[in-house]
Amino acid sequence: MKTFKIGGVHPAENKLSAAEPIKVAELPKVAVFPVSQHIGAPAKPVVQKGDKVKVGQVIAEAGGFVSAPIHSSVSGTVLKVDTVIDASGYKKPAIYITVEGDEWEPTIDRSTDLVTLADRPELTPKDIINKVQVAGIVGMGGACFPCHVKLSPPPGSKPEWVIINAVECEPYLTADHRLMLEHADEILVGVTLLMKAVSVNKAFIGIENNKPDAISLMTEKAKAYPGIEVVPLKVKYPQGGEKQLIDAVVGRQVPAPPALPVSVGAILQNVGTAFAIYEAVMKNKPLFERVVTVTGKSLAHPTNFLARMGTPMSQLIDACGGLPADTGKIIGGGPMMGKALLNTEVPICKGSSGVLIMNDKESKRGEVENCIRCGKCVGACPMGLEPYLLSALSERHDWEACEKEDIPSCIECGSCRPLLDLIRMGKSTVMGIIRQRNAK
Amino acid sequence: MANKLTISLSPHVHGGDSVKKNMYGVCLALLPALLCSFYFFGLGAIAVTAVSVASCVFFEWVIGKYLLHLGRPTVTDGSAILTGLLLAFNLPANIPLWIVVIGALFAIGVVKMTFGGLGCNLFNPALAGRAFLLISFPVQMTTWPTPGLPFLTIADTAVDGQTGATPLAVMKLIAKGDATMNDLGDSITDMLLGNTGGCIGEVCALALIIGLIYMLAKRIITWHIPVSILLTVFVFAGLMHLANPSTYVAPQYHLLSGGLLLGAIFMATDYVTSPMTAKGQIIYGVAIGLLTVVIRTWGAYPEGMSFAILIMNAFTPLINNYCKPKRFGERPAVVKEGGKK
Ligand code: SF4
Repeated sequence: MKTFKIGGVHPAENKLSAAEPIKVAELPKVAVFPVSQHIGAPAKPVVQKGDKVKVGQVIAEAGGFVSAPIHSSVSGTVLKVDTVIDASGYKKPAIYITVEGDEWEPTIDRSTDLVTLADRPELTPKDIINKVQVAGIVGMGGACFPCHVKLSPPPGSKPEWVIINAVECEPYLTADHRLMLEHADEILVGVTLLMKAVSVNKAFIGIENNKPDAISLMTEKAKAYPGIEVVPLKVKYPQGGEKQLIDAVVGRQVPAPPALPVSVGAILQNVGTAFAIYEAVMKNKPLFERVVTVTGKSLAHPTNFLARMGTPMSQLIDACGGLPADTGKIIGGGPMMGKALLNTEVPICKGSSGVLIMNDKESKRGEVENCIRCGKCVGACPMGLEPYLLSALSERHDWEACEKEDIPSCIECGSCRPLLDLIRMGKSTVMGIIRQRNAK
Repeated sequence: MANKLTISLSPHVHGGDSVKKNMYGVCLALLPALLCSFYFFGLGAIAVTAVSVASCVFFEWVIGKYLLHLGRPTVTDGSAILTGLLLAFNLPANIPLWIVVIGALFAIGVVKMTFGGLGCNLFNPALAGRAFLLISFPVQMTTWPTPGLPFLTIADTAVDGQTGATPLAVMKLIAKGDATMNDLGDSITDMLLGNTGGCIGEVCALALIIGLIYMLAKRIITWHIPVSILLTVFVFAGLMHLANPSTYVAPQYHLLSGGLLLGAIFMATDYVTSPMTAKGQIIYGVAIGLLTVVIRTWGAYPEGMSFAILIMNAFTPLINNYCKPKRFGERPAVVKEGGKK
């Protein structure tokens, strides 16, 4: 079975909610929309206090090409344009909307009938990319890179395949897994749209073999869609890293940054993004809700929710039986790359794949120990780096040596565990130095 | 609630590996060999091991606390215990105990703590301690009690001089032409079981191999270093034996005699002083294997293992510098093969 070639680790999977069907979360009382839910320029609010909005209405427009508009997920009245502490831990400008009823934009097709490419032969690649752009779709695996940018590769590059990331290699998270089990057809149509958008006739869907039900269902359904192949992958973290996934599926290695995946012919998208693209193009539905896994060992009922953007996490946690008394840490995302949250009022955003509650004991960090050069970090690093060395060099502020040892290649996957703290510091400093040098 | 949330950077889960876990894991792997040595060498082995471990731990604690003022005491992490065990394993069972204390002081005090303690030393402390003792007290260090007489008292051994030549010494004599193959009395079975002369921990090959299997299974070490050493010795010594069977002993004697197994399994694999990458570890292992056979056959000392490892310890930083892991993305990307569109 295929997997990526260098390094990798096996963190405990803890997929507690894998058997929980997706549950529609209740509407919040007040929905909060940070204007910066993606990589790139923040969106610009186009509503004011007191404005009435409908579900699916644009409330902030894209701030540039590398940006994405934001749509309201609720109907009601704009309460204020203020700030909120989002998953990054920083205060960001945000639009608050008081929820009244649930009135959708009439243009959105709310039926569940499947619409395939055969029903819409008139769609051109340009139409698809346009739709994706106005629907505000961003990469939903967590990176939140505006999707239409990825679908417009730089001139001279030639996409050969679409690769769909359905690996979900983060422990605990099951949102993508459930989405595949419950919306396989919609996802597959989404993939055909992606293929059409970048004019390729081959797509791979990479799924780790800890989800055998998803693999067999998707393989079965994919028979009806020529050119789409499901690739079962051996479980190994971080297979969901885009470079690792390309290596695993087609055996090509993307060169060191700043090279893009398309330099080896691959266009990557998350499986949740493929679903969102289906809804945007075929159902005219902008991105305003997503599947979120709310989980944790002490949580009474770990659940997968279909939640509207802007729903405070506390509301979802309450729906799972409330915040356990022994909570020590709340993480937005998975345990390997997620961010510890400051409070539970952080709203669900486009990139929120999960909320993980850790108990007191799990959340404490271990003592710092001397490095005894056991070499395990070198064996684990999926980028072929030497984490022990990068960490030591960063501690010494030897930025020049850090750069020489390829610190910019670090994908911050956390396979080298405690060493990442210093490496991250070194990487961001070195990246800053490189940017400055290039600017000159 | 909100004010007692832990805010820290990812990753938020940890594999549970720690210095302690690895150190005590190695100690556990040494247990079979330790029990064998107690059985074969009796009280002497127990006394030497106890004194060695106790003094290593003591010196680590005193130096760490009063000389280095270490913020994080390293005495509980098991590394000093391990050094003590390995040092004892490299000593004869009837060695005067004060010599053991000196060895421990050199190993911990000079070789480990002067460089900054755990993780900072260049040389394997236990081996450097042994080498130091071998040079300083050559007589006491090369007088071995004959095993198979369990529970001899220490005094008895010293007074009666129940000592015997080790297979290694005989091998050397054979190479020089002062002895013949017939003098190599110890059968392979005796060597496997430990019924032969030698240092405390090195005689029972079987017990050491059990330790190796345990460490591999627990992923404390990888196969690269021990296998490359053993294979190199086997091939190199085997070629010499084939070329001249009356001068050079068969390779299995090399493999089972002296500290070869102990060194290959427990000493050369010391994390701190061995290379980081698989490629580096193989270079290191092959070099140790070659050096060992060369020293054993042509050098002044009968045992070459400890010196071979110490020499390669010195090369480790260099090997680390040249044997980088393969970076991701270096493999030339196959871009656009013709016809395959
Ligand atoms: S976080 Fe960076 S250095 Fe550490 S294992 Fe991942 S890629 Fe390697």
